[in-house]
Amino acid sequence: MADVAIPRAKPQMSEDSAWTQLKHNRNWLGFWFMVPAMAFLIFFLAYPLGLGIWLSFTDTRIGRVGHFIATENYEWLWDDSIFWLSVFNTLLYTFVASALKFAIGLYLALLLNENMPFKAMLRAMVLIPFIVPTVLSALAFWWIFDSQFSIISWSLKHLGLINQNINFLGDTTWARICVIFANIWRGVPFVAITLLAGLQTVSPSLYEAATLDGATRWQNFRYITYPLLTPIIAVVMTFSVLFTFTDFQLIWAMTRGGPVNATHLMATLSYQRAIIAGQLGEGAAISSAMIPFLLAAIMVSWFGLQRRKWQQGESND
Amino acid sequence: MTDLPTRSIDLKNVLSGSAPTADHTEGMSYLQSVPRRIVTLYLPLAIIVIVLLFPFYWMALTSVKPDEQLLDLDRYNPFWTWNPTFKHFHKLLFESYYPHWLWNTMYVAVCATVLSIIASVLAAYAIVRLRYKGANLVGGLIFLAYLVPPSILFIPLATVVFQYGLFDSPLALILTYPTILIPFSTWLLMGYFKTIPFELEECALIDGASRWQILIKIVLPLAIPGLISAFIFCFTLCWNEFIYALTFLQSTSNKTVPVAIVNEFVDGDIYRWGSLMAGALAGSLPLVILYAFFVEHYVSAMTGAVKE
Repeated sequence: MADVAIPRAKPQMSEDSAWTQLKHNRNWLGFWFMVPAMAFLIFFLAYPLGLGIWLSFTDTRIGRVGHFIATENYEWLWDDSIFWLSVFNTLLYTFVASALKFAIGLYLALLLNENMPFKAMLRAMVLIPFIVPTVLSALAFWWIFDSQFSIISWSLKHLGLINQNINFLGDTTWARICVIFANIWRGVPFVAITLLAGLQTVSPSLYEAATLDGATRWQNFRYITYPLLTPIIAVVMTFSVLFTFTDFQLIWAMTRGGPVNATHLMATLSYQRAIIAGQLGEGAAISSAMIPFLLAAIMVSWFGLQRRKWQQGESND
Repeated sequence: MTDLPTRSIDLKNVLSGSAPTADHTEGMSYLQSVPRRIVTLYLPLAIIVIVLLFPFYWMALTSVKPDEQLLDLDRYNPFWTWNPTFKHFHKLLFESYYPHWLWNTMYVAVCATVLSIIASVLAAYAIVRLRYKGANLVGGLIFLAYLVPPSILFIPLATVVFQYGLFDSPLALILTYPTILIPFSTWLLMGYFKTIPFELEECALIDGASRWQILIKIVLPLAIPGLISAFIFCFTLCWNEFIYALTFLQSTSNKTVPVAIVNEFVDGDIYRWGSLMAGALAGSLPLVILYAFFVEHYVSAMTGAVKE
């Protein structure tokens, strides 16, 4: 690094014109450096976020400017059974998928943390479902869960377990199970690999000491692994819950909300109402209704981070 | 086959960025007998890995099976095919807009990623090193922006895109994707910049370098691993993005791969499965290949973003 030639700036100690200040004052410099990122985030994130909430109080449609109608959209949704069904579906989907993702992901992380041949290769392979675009793997699941040519039905029939094909995506209960399964399938690698990163920071001497004191494997996990992993679990699960709750593409590729709205999530319902039916105001109201849930998830994440800093003895920088 | 050994050594560095104590179970694994290890470790691991990879096998197999074998499960064993065909890929490449879609996806992903990385480098450097008034607050706000999901933004963004006259143009995606990418990569790069010794910058400042020269000539060359991580992860996110592309694009030739496959290939044709799976496979392969080369960078991006 030492041989990098850096041209000398002209010494301008005492001169303090407005232009020099703009160039050298640290606050102004900081401002100039922030401009591109802030421009994107303000024009395409903060402004639309506010606009979305405003739209939810209007009767805007595609191609027609809306008028302020106060809370009429929300009152309308309050009496809409499909909306409540989508809320129920979203909560069920989020809760079941997140809980199983956590359980299987933690189990997989513990397995991958063991010493074994081809360990690195296995870890790399496990992450593939997370790399491949969700829609494309959802299409593969759509084909696997096909009503007539499903490979699962075929295998079960040949094993003699069932007599006729299961109508995976046509039956309400099966459809819910299938989309939840596909979501877990996609989410487990993320949870497993991030928790594995956390596991590797746990010092092995702790396990050795505990084992010498006669701790069982379960006690090792319960009293060493789990407490040390809690902060990272909090953060990973917040992300997982957040992305499961607002999931759109998996459902859209597999069922589009069907059969009989059994797999409609709030995100898919808002897309259907806003873009397909053209009721932008109503769709915006549905997506705005997701915000309180998201805020709850963000609070959890924030407290998780705080606790992590506290555990590491870091000051709040 | 000759390059296999070196490859596996490279892959051993997965997660090395966060693993000073990797391989720690080596010391105690002798406590377990072999049969016990088979039942508690290899068997469950094998089941999970097979479930995780089966859809890709199925995707690949379907894309090379002849049509009559796809739908006749009684005469042919569905788990294998002895006469693979490239008919589906041929149809994809020469009878559809697929090359167009692939190009669109690539173009949008590269442009959006480059834009976001430039913006993020500047922002992250300013937050970490310039420490202007309110830098911490801005850092917190950017983290919050990371948590705003596209599914609550697409409706208002659609109206914004329409007002700016960007509807049905790749520019709509190039300008909106950075809202997903900037918070993530800023946060990741902040972590990398923090690890660069402050003394280097002090020396340069004393020698009369401007902040801009410091960033270009000192900080960026040292942060190259972080830049690669951010680039790979952002590129993957762009490729994966669906809801904005679905909402903002309309004409068939402008679509990106994920949207186009869902909308254009799903028709009533009972023989569509072969080309559908071929399309899904061809759309996934570029990312998987990229991932195979940069696996450590990808993992460090993923875990880094969670840990910071």
